[in-house]
Amino acid sequence: MSLRPKPEKRDPLARKVERHVPPGQRSRAAHALAARAATGRFVLQQCADCQAVTYPPRDVCPQCWGDLVWQDQPRGATLLAETTIRATTDLYFRQLLPWRIGTVALDAGPTAIAHLSPTLAVGARAEIRLMLDKGGNAALFALAAGETPDMTDTQWREFVVPVRGSTVLVTDAGHPVGRAVVEALKAAGAASIVAGIAPPATAPAIEGVRFVSLDLTDTRSVSECLTDIAGPLDIVVNTARFVRPGQGLLDQKRALDVGVLGLLRLTQGCGPMLRGRPSAAFVDVISATALAPDAAYPAFSAAEAARLSLLHSFRHEMRGANARVISLLVGAVDDADHQSVPLPKVAPARIGKGVVEALEQGLETHCIGDTATEAMQRWSADPALFIRENSL
Amino acid sequence: MRKRLRYDDVVVCAPVTVPYERYSTQTAHWWAGKALRALSQATGLERDAIDGFCFASFSAGPDTAVGMIQHLGLSPRWLDHLPTGGASGVMALRRAARAVQCGDAEVVACVAADTNQLDSFRKTLANFSRFSQDAVYPYGFGGPNATFALITDNYMRQYGVTREDFGKLCVAQRQNARSNPLALQRGELTLEAYLKARPISDPVHLYDCVMPCAGAEAFLVTTAKVAERLGLQTVRVLSTIERHNAYPDDLVQWRGGWAMDVDDLWRMAGIGPQDIDTLQVYDDYPVIVAMQLEDLGFCAKGDVAQFIRRTNFGIDGDLPLNTNGGQLSAGQAGAAGGFQNMTEGLRQILRQPLGDQVPNARRSLVSGFGLVNYDRGVCTAAAILEAA
Repeated sequence: MSLRPKPEKRDPLARKVERHVPPGQRSRAAHALAARAATGRFVLQQCADCQAVTYPPRDVCPQCWGDLVWQDQPRGATLLAETTIRATTDLYFRQLLPWRIGTVALDAGPTAIAHLSPTLAVGARAEIRLMLDKGGNAALFALAAGETPDMTDTQWREFVVPVRGSTVLVTDAGHPVGRAVVEALKAAGAASIVAGIAPPATAPAIEGVRFVSLDLTDTRSVSECLTDIAGPLDIVVNTARFVRPGQGLLDQKRALDVGVLGLLRLTQGCGPMLRGRPSAAFVDVISATALAPDAAYPAFSAAEAARLSLLHSFRHEMRGANARVISLLVGAVDDADHQSVPLPKVAPARIGKGVVEALEQGLETHCIGDTATEAMQRWSADPALFIRENSL
Repeated sequence: MRKRLRYDDVVVCAPVTVPYERYSTQTAHWWAGKALRALSQATGLERDAIDGFCFASFSAGPDTAVGMIQHLGLSPRWLDHLPTGGASGVMALRRAARAVQCGDAEVVACVAADTNQLDSFRKTLANFSRFSQDAVYPYGFGGPNATFALITDNYMRQYGVTREDFGKLCVAQRQNARSNPLALQRGELTLEAYLKARPISDPVHLYDCVMPCAGAEAFLVTTAKVAERLGLQTVRVLSTIERHNAYPDDLVQWRGGWAMDVDDLWRMAGIGPQDIDTLQVYDDYPVIVAMQLEDLGFCAKGDVAQFIRRTNFGIDGDLPLNTNGGQLSAGQAGAAGGFQNMTEGLRQILRQPLGDQVPNARRSLVSGFGLVNYDRGVCTAAAILEAA
């Protein structure tokens, strides 16, 4: 095939560049901050009694010793002081020096140390983004107010997964969702896109995309597909799923084989390939029914719940490996799998756009569409109630 | 506020320094033991005469003062452990002085000891504090250099202090170190070399940073009667202050806790800054030296640049500053860095200097600053001492 990129001529004895992650030891409160940073919110702790906002994360209010709750905060700030670090004992930052940080006065109240955009000057207004670092922990990044993040800035790139120039695998391009993801990644500038087609589906005509046979229910097919990629692999987007209403035994088996075992076959194969890359991600498009079962789709919901559980475990496995694992939660898709589901339904193209957003905004959990967003809100607020209401 | 008791009948004596080493294969326990041995040799005291023990260290883990007394064979009736690093010397003095004054102990050995093995600095940093782990280290891991760079950057902008001003302080301290045989860095440092040094974390450059090392410092707090029996020269404590987490609402640290208590410091001593013969301040970075010059009342806030420019900080100057070279030249032996200013302040007025003697020195002001828990030093303390 003429579109197939030439395999890299690699020296098998060449020394690998070892990837490190930033210092990872954190308090429990800092982990709670990271859990919220995963969705792109900017939250800080606020006292339930006196309303004082506090940072760094504490376990009790320093003003009145009341209990603290996480609250969304205004993103505005002012840069008070800056430094460019040129020496460090940490192996991760040592590879990235010089590194610029600063002290920002948050409009929310406290001051904080933050990573800085190169355009932000002392005295200037800033906009705070709560990001996840390469170790998956919360980090404050100060952009200049109104600034669109520069995807070529070496500091910003440590917190996001740039699509431009990357090599990408999308698992099920025979389905409208997979096809939309391929098109979105292409539009965002991916250098090389490999798209899996599970027989009997046939490849759509998209210029510049290499279609390969990939059946996630077949371990050998997964292995052959990844071997075929041969060169470096930066981003994997798994859109494969088997959706049927009801709880037929055959449907359940198939849903588990594609969604759960398929995920496992894929991660076991591509995990080591992502591990050595400077900026890597695994994106799993997963149904919000993974949070609480949809009474009309019990078999599919069960498979998606198991799949989400496996995805969390894969995230843990990849924490030290510099690769981000993203849960892209979607509601019912506007496709042939959800013919009798009333609106709103999420369009495949919106999911494609969501994949690029999650990668380039540095998200770890991203809800696409109103249904998934609401499901996450209700599940976060009261899981037991949400499960009950979903099954009424 | 209730009037504080004077430190009547309490004396301080026998400052000892175990010569520093850049790296040591020994442990903090060994360095503490050598400090006690030096103290015993300087005073003639037997081990069992020590009935109070105050200890500061970062590298003795997992042991605290408890593990240390059993390791060193002491059986004190009064024990204290100070985790306050750079403020621990003055704080040890304050605590020991009251214990002796009240009779809870009669002979208190105050000891700070730290080792510096090849990887000690990185390990100490990595486990320093929860706020540092959560909100400082993940930001470039520049250690205290980066934190003080932010404080320095703000201070220079606010008060018009220049690198030349900080350079004058560092060069003066190096000049003072040149007569101190125990200082790790005794070579000449010119202002030009200071300005040309490589940047570490802008605006902090190489000679703004201390050199971590291994070492130990100790002194004795006891009654005038015991000191007389032992034939020791002594120093009296005129006044002390201490403050922690002062001004938490200051956005960036531009003053320390001394500013809250400085009036009390001078009032209790009954003298003023003009009566001080040697000034031994904590000097992890020159910005903190400048801050202490202001906050301890040697000049007004904001006037420090002019004050530095018109003052001679040499051993024979108008305000002899960190006369052993300070940590910037002598080295920073962990928590012993918070004792070094105390032992040097004592030595100068006891006329037992390591290097050159400050002429006619009778009074020393010793000032401590410790523990960057998050974005600023939290613990501050100061003491005014007078030769008995």
